[in-house]
Amino acid sequence: MSGLPPYASPVQRSWYYGFRIICALIFFFLIFPIIVIIPLSFNSLPFFTFTKEMLAFDPAGYSLKNYEDFFTNSDWNNAVYNSFRIAPVATLLATGFGTLAAIGLSQSHVPFRGTIMAILISPMIVPLIISAAGMYFFYSRIGLQGTYWGVVLSHAALGTPFVIITVTATLVSFDKSLTRAAANLGADPVRTFFKVQMPLIMPGVVSGALFAFITSFDEVVVVLFVGSSGQKTLPWQMFTGLREQISPTILSVATLMVAFSIVLLTTLELLRRRSERLRGLSPG
Amino acid sequence: MTDIAASETGTTSEVLTTRDGVPLKRSLARALRREKMRALMLIAPLLLFILLAFVAPIADMLFRSVENNIVQNTLPNTVVALRDWNPNSGEIPGEPVFEALAGDLKIAVSQKTHTRLGSRLNYEQPGIASMFRKSGRKVKNLEEPPYREQFIEIHEGWGTVENWATIKQFSSKYTDGYFLSAIDRERTEQGIAEKPEKEQIYLFLFGRTFFLSVTITISCILLGYPIAFLLANLPLRSSNLLMIMVLLPFWTSLLVRTSAWKVLLQQQGVINDFLVWTGLVTDAGRLVMINNQTGTIIAMTHILLPFMILPLYSVMKTISPTYVRAAKSLGANDWTAFWKVYFPNTIPGIGAGSILCFILSIGFYITPELVGGTSGIFISNRIAYHISSSLNWGLGAALGVILLAIVMLFYWMYDKIVGIDNVKLG
Repeated sequence: MSGLPPYASPVQRSWYYGFRIICALIFFFLIFPIIVIIPLSFNSLPFFTFTKEMLAFDPAGYSLKNYEDFFTNSDWNNAVYNSFRIAPVATLLATGFGTLAAIGLSQSHVPFRGTIMAILISPMIVPLIISAAGMYFFYSRIGLQGTYWGVVLSHAALGTPFVIITVTATLVSFDKSLTRAAANLGADPVRTFFKVQMPLIMPGVVSGALFAFITSFDEVVVVLFVGSSGQKTLPWQMFTGLREQISPTILSVATLMVAFSIVLLTTLELLRRRSERLRGLSPG
Repeated sequence: MTDIAASETGTTSEVLTTRDGVPLKRSLARALRREKMRALMLIAPLLLFILLAFVAPIADMLFRSVENNIVQNTLPNTVVALRDWNPNSGEIPGEPVFEALAGDLKIAVSQKTHTRLGSRLNYEQPGIASMFRKSGRKVKNLEEPPYREQFIEIHEGWGTVENWATIKQFSSKYTDGYFLSAIDRERTEQGIAEKPEKEQIYLFLFGRTFFLSVTITISCILLGYPIAFLLANLPLRSSNLLMIMVLLPFWTSLLVRTSAWKVLLQQQGVINDFLVWTGLVTDAGRLVMINNQTGTIIAMTHILLPFMILPLYSVMKTISPTYVRAAKSLGANDWTAFWKVYFPNTIPGIGAGSILCFILSIGFYITPELVGGTSGIFISNRIAYHISSSLNWGLGAALGVILLAIVMLFYWMYDKIVGIDNVKLG
């Protein structure tokens, strides 16, 4: 694959290039929808396609109108505010509980490990609509439906599986003799945890937290059912916008969110490298 | 240590002890127990939290799908009086039942619960809601007993055996009625039978959800396999770069990707404009690619593709290139070497990716709702409809339980094949 041998037959040669073209097309399919909305969001006319002016790179075809609308419209501003009010708290809860549980699960003797793991991972597997329906029924019974804390708790529950998976993955390669060495040198368990274990598993914890954050930040089904108009988040606002009258402002929001996910992706990649370096693996 | 050494030299009947004289076995057991307790203490907060915030709601949904105490709560005395009545007798119940009904209905009207009961029973017997509403308005005008004729005068529905049979049938505390509705069945005098053809929608919807999910999974395999193959076989530097093109969609908000497709696939959208420009389609013949199954399949394949590529890639990465080289040196041509040696090694990856894609796709709600129109919607959309619009919560819950059972079956398969501990992210 990593190069065509000089003795390749014409069939092999055409297959080699044909395969690359197929792959290029699939990559195009993957990335094109995300890239294309970026220029479209600068359209000066309320259309969802490229106008003649845009294709001719005429400055008159471009404008920041959609962005202006996003930053001045109170609906969108409220939605951003709500998203940033809910996601960090949900992330904090999910990361705190999740990290503790992952440390517990990675001990060598855990009774009912399989069952516990299955229960803790289940929020990731159960279809969102079912979680949303169940939470709607149950949270209305206990008076949490339509409240800020109802949304935060449900999002925290949805985010924990990601924290458990990432932290457990980091703990698998954690050298247990380090904690034993710390204990041997007289450190109590709490000190050992914060001074030895925590710094080493930190990359896993942070990437788990990022997953939990993005889960909450991107979640719409559960918040639609559990939340009320006071907890209208950014995805909810986008969902209503897409379902009712689709306005070009959506494109500017989408572009900003793509930029946001690029930042997250970069952070995660840097963390992964750091984690590999800490573990003594060669950087990828 | 010296004790143990001493006991080792002693007779075998002597029990090994630790320094403080506790038998070694017991001491080890205690240490193990303490370790287990510590592990459980660390897990307990999250387990408790998940049980309360997540498992309890699911259990509540299970309960709602069979719960049925509305008739008993609204018309308690009528239910008792109806016990002796046999719907197969062909006659409507006698005066005692109507007397109980008059009493119950007066209380229900004062608490305004009779319309709720009416709309609940209307799911089973269309028309019964108006009977309850009308009777509720007039119940205060009832004169002295006998009530039977007066009720029939208010609404002739009280004189039909079917309505009474429905009330009696749903007067028990639990019902399988929602589940029967969810699989297009109903209870008739002859037992459980299929609903009239034009009312059968749920089995069809389950079938369509299944069919579309399989189609999406297969498209993901077809598109994901070459990409994973390329990534696994390129030098690390270039494959890392290309990996970004897989991870960027994976990390981009679901709604962003759905709105991108909504914009692209429109009749006045970028793809149609491009096709018209190239002359492949005429301006009048613009393709309809949205608000139908095509839209759902395209958008969901795009959304789920990374979930196929990542497990496939991680499996392909572990396949040693020497296998294929060995096959070739033994005389296999490129195709045989791939098909007989490389491909069988990638089956676990295909299995893992397929189940993952299928599980995710079968419960999808957002994308079908936005780009699926009416022909591309999934069973999830129907569940959401019953919970937020038609307010038939029991039926919504029953459909949800069936969907959950299907997903759990596949989850169990996934756990058996891949192991839930081996799920990798990013």
